[in-house]
Amino acid sequence: MIITQFVILGAALFALGVYGVLSRRNAVLVLLSVELMLAAVNINLVAFDAFVADRIAGGQIFALFIIAVAAAEVGIGLAIVLLIFRNRRSANVDELDLLKL
Amino acid sequence: MTAETVVFVIFALAALAGALTMVTARNPVYSAMGLLTTMFSIAVFFVLNDAHFVAAVHVLIYAGAVMTLFLFVIMLIGVDKAEDIRESIPFQRPMAVVLGAGLFVLVLVAGRASWVTGTRAVEEGGALGTIENVADELFGVWLLPFEATVLLLTIAAVGTIALAQFLDKPRELAAAREAEIAPGHEDEERAE
Repeated sequence: MIITQFVILGAALFALGVYGVLSRRNAVLVLLSVELMLAAVNINLVAFDAFVADRIAGGQIFALFIIAVAAAEVGIGLAIVLLIFRNRRSANVDELDLLKL
Repeated sequence: MTAETVVFVIFALAALAGALTMVTARNPVYSAMGLLTTMFSIAVFFVLNDAHFVAAVHVLIYAGAVMTLFLFVIMLIGVDKAEDIRESIPFQRPMAVVLGAGLFVLVLVAGRASWVTGTRAVEEGGALGTIENVADELFGVWLLPFEATVLLLTIAAVGTIALAQFLDKPRELAAAREAEIAPGHEDEERAE
């Protein structure tokens, strides 16, 4: 199995995630796009882990850590989105301009 | 074409289709379903790279826990509110396309200099990512980062509970704000 295809696919999925973060305005969908970017990075890590095949399995362990961090991020992020929705009756990130002068 | 390549092509197309659905769908539930497709395909790529345990964890956490949480929040926030396409910054969407595609091209161009080709270093017949091998390293070399992750998850859980505890004050604030904001603001939100 050649590694290049995984790297290119990971880059494509990451770019789609970037597009999602920049273009979606529902805060939940922005978080979904961030999840897509994290998963794309995981593809790279696991592919390079299989390519290098070192003893300490760094790629796979890092992928596990990223999954754990993503789970924590989703918990906190969705709680924040729910609080914002409760306060402002909207989860549209364009309307969250309290800090704007 | 080997069987592995065929499997890769099929699931790469599925992953890209899911991701495209996710970033373009008007209905948030369709977006979540698109990401679910992508996550399952990514788990297949992990299996292709002999990372069986990571693949299982990926499906359990993402498809099981994270997507359920997302669907809960989408349903709570209101699934019928389709996103309106009007932009406050008119060039925002084309610019997002340009920036996303530009990043993809940039990564390819930057990676071309040190392009990695060839097959993997060791062919161990699929024994690489078994739960024993991963656990041996995770609880050996990576023990301290593992404990730090435990701390992180504890902090995240406490933070989420704390956010849920601050219920009363925001409600008063919201009531006060709704009283002070002109009624026209509500109509602007509902308009599609």
